[in-house]
Amino acid sequence: MMKFLEINKLKTFFHTRSGTVRAVDEVSFSLDKGEIVGIVGESGSGKSVTCHSILGLLPQPPARIEGGQIRFQEENLLSLPEGSLRSLRGKKISIVFQDPMSCLNPFMTILDQVAEPLIIHENISREEAERQAIEMMEKVGIRDAATRAGSYPHEFSGGMRQRVMIAMALVTKPDLLLADEPTTALDVTVQAKILEILKSLRKELGISVLFITHDLGVVAEIADRIVVMYRGKIVEQGKVEDIFRKPKHPYVKGLLACRPTLDCKYHTLPTVDDFLETKLKDDGTIEIYEHTDADHRLRQLKAVNLSESGPGSETKKTLVKVSDLKVYFPGLGGFPGGAKEQVRAVDGISLSVKKGKTVGLVGESGCGKTTAGRAILHLIKPTAGTVVYDGKSLGGLSRETLVEYRKKMQIIFQDPYASLNPRLTIEQALTEPMVVHQIGKNYNQRRERVVSLLEEVGLSSQLLLRYPHEFSGGQRQRICVARALAVEPEFIVCDECVSAMDVSVQAQVLNLLRDLQKKRQLTYLFISHDLSVVKFISDDVVVMQAGKIVESGTAQEVYANPKDDYTRDLISAIPSPYNLVK
Amino acid sequence: MSIESAKSKDFISENPDGSSLWKDAWIRLRANRLATISLYFFIFISLLTLLGPEIATSSYEDQNLNRTFAPPGAESLFGTDNLGRDLFARVLHGGRISLAVGFLATSVSLIIGVAYGMTSGYLGGKMDALMMRFVDILYSLPFTIFVILLMVLFGRNFILLFVAIGAVEWLTMARITRAQTLSLKQAEFIEAARALGYSHPRVLFRHILPNLLGPVIVYATLTVPAVMLLEAVLSFLGLGVQAPMSSWGSLIKEGSEKMDIAPWLIFFPGVFFSLTLLALNFLGDGLRDALDPRAAKE
Repeated sequence: MMKFLEINKLKTFFHTRSGTVRAVDEVSFSLDKGEIVGIVGESGSGKSVTCHSILGLLPQPPARIEGGQIRFQEENLLSLPEGSLRSLRGKKISIVFQDPMSCLNPFMTILDQVAEPLIIHENISREEAERQAIEMMEKVGIRDAATRAGSYPHEFSGGMRQRVMIAMALVTKPDLLLADEPTTALDVTVQAKILEILKSLRKELGISVLFITHDLGVVAEIADRIVVMYRGKIVEQGKVEDIFRKPKHPYVKGLLACRPTLDCKYHTLPTVDDFLETKLKDDGTIEIYEHTDADHRLRQLKAVNLSESGPGSETKKTLVKVSDLKVYFPGLGGFPGGAKEQVRAVDGISLSVKKGKTVGLVGESGCGKTTAGRAILHLIKPTAGTVVYDGKSLGGLSRETLVEYRKKMQIIFQDPYASLNPRLTIEQALTEPMVVHQIGKNYNQRRERVVSLLEEVGLSSQLLLRYPHEFSGGQRQRICVARALAVEPEFIVCDECVSAMDVSVQAQVLNLLRDLQKKRQLTYLFISHDLSVVKFISDDVVVMQAGKIVESGTAQEVYANPKDDYTRDLISAIPSPYNLVK
Repeated sequence: MSIESAKSKDFISENPDGSSLWKDAWIRLRANRLATISLYFFIFISLLTLLGPEIATSSYEDQNLNRTFAPPGAESLFGTDNLGRDLFARVLHGGRISLAVGFLATSVSLIIGVAYGMTSGYLGGKMDALMMRFVDILYSLPFTIFVILLMVLFGRNFILLFVAIGAVEWLTMARITRAQTLSLKQAEFIEAARALGYSHPRVLFRHILPNLLGPVIVYATLTVPAVMLLEAVLSFLGLGVQAPMSSWGSLIKEGSEKMDIAPWLIFFPGVFFSLTLLALNFLGDGLRDALDPRAAKE
């Protein structure tokens, strides 16, 4: 019997000037009617390329499909002419993209955009199309769809826009929905709702879903089967329970182990490298070797934890004390001189960070946690409140004295791509802070320090003359860490500094931050929306909502029995594959 | 404190491997064949116009009324015009003026525009609004009236031509630079620089300015031809270069009037003008890519 969607030995290569990249290399899997299959992999594993190959959406060149078949309802999609493929797109196969912010046309109303696929693909009147569009919008959970349909995308929140995207994809009642990281850009609570909607729609409409994500937790929540991709190849596929209970491939084992969970037992996170080693062969393919001592290594990581948790590492000294910090921004609109409504980004928060400890600041996007971090460093001038650093208030300091404190307080940003000047080499980027703060007497001394800093963050000193774009995201974040360390700080604000990373890279950076903390007695304020990451790294946790602190306490306390409803919502919204296994 | 030590304190100039932005850029530029050819062609044209009077057999202003409208030949390479002047000499001489106007005016607009736009964008807020409104006001002045006003006030002067053109061209440059600065200011590496306690001049010159180069260079290469054309317009109005002096713009204007009797009068200046502009555009494109370390480095 013919499968609903069958991909057979698909090969999609990218031919670039620097050589051929085997983005998708002999990938085979299938999808039944009404089934949800999740493709999991890190960035660059070829999961999105596979998805885009199905619809012929890849830019050719540089991409070229070198072989294989994609059979959808008895037709080989690869041999279809562009015209018939186009009539398939949006009618029988729809796609939902990752970023709901940029995927909607800002100049068209929501109703027009949702109704557009119907008008293009079905021979129905405009009124009928709009009626069906509103009906679909209600199905995906947009309340009062009929009244809100005339709004423009900017009037909707991120979660609402993703619902609109899903409504747009489903309005023509397609047979197959390709979902390319549809929840990655969303908060956990919103993500939980979107997953719920997709599951119920599958039942109601009988569609099949190919769900692409880097997050194993999400895929466990929604999929029937999982396909794990690594460097262009499928390394393992099977039922969700089987993969989580008995992963066979070392990469999958690593992936499952390296994500910090709420009941994480490790002091240092395992990484994929603990499980396998890869070698690049001459023809561009890779060979994977399993580490036979992986179990032993994991036991070691756990053992460290036991010896570490003993008493004696307590410090009493408070390094940073924030009291009643407020940051208000002037609102948009209104005439000059007229009364403007203020945006209360941070509305009176108080917290203190003990020396050598980590405080985690958690909250959803827009809750003011990033603004709070910057206001504490006085990168943004607080509207009110005080920040006392090591017994001294930062409020009244002149620019010159504040520069001295810049040396002691550092920040690591979320996006390692944007936080390095693309026109400075790594050496220049790392030497500059030392020049400004007159650390190191001459060029050679500074260069020595740069080399040792790079080694400390796990990079080779041979990379000194490279530019940032030549590094991967994880490497760049290491460079950012090294740059922050260049001025010998005591206190570092980590602003979502692992949020944009794959779990395996995230684990490495988290481990690095922990090691550095131990070695250099660093104090962290760790800002993140990811509760399990915060749980892993923090001693104390502070939960923020709408500019205010709703709960705080030690990490153990807050997670074990959250007092506030909001905290409870956040914790329960974390997709946890481990619930399913238990 | 001596100037030497101040210098080494503020700028990382010591670099034993010499892998500076400019050296890298030069290597990358050399790898771009079209840009390299354009560069050599441009140098050739510049030398030609510079040494023009030495090469040409007769002066650009010598009239020979016995040989008017002589076609190109052995005696006069590019032919002669209605007054029997040697076109070859006139084209070379005109090139000198056109290139000088083009580059001086572009440099003036580049320096004023980038400095003004960068300051305005970096300061932001009320100062930015104020500075940009001033630009808007200058924009709204009709150009020719502005030039005539200048000429009336200060008398006809060749230098004034540069000033007038430069004073108009910097406005667009300032707007482009300001817009770029505004978006760069939001970049996290600028925030990182502030968090590291870098001074404002350092952030401006070391972190913002190099990242402005791309669009600025491209716009500058577009400004050069625009300025040359403006000069032609001014000359036509009698406000720019005056006969018997010539420029490519004015030669093309003259040539276009006599196209049907003496096509060479428009052909030769036209070819020189277009080839130079083409070379400048290729060179500008090449420079933009070469100055961007992200552009393919193998």
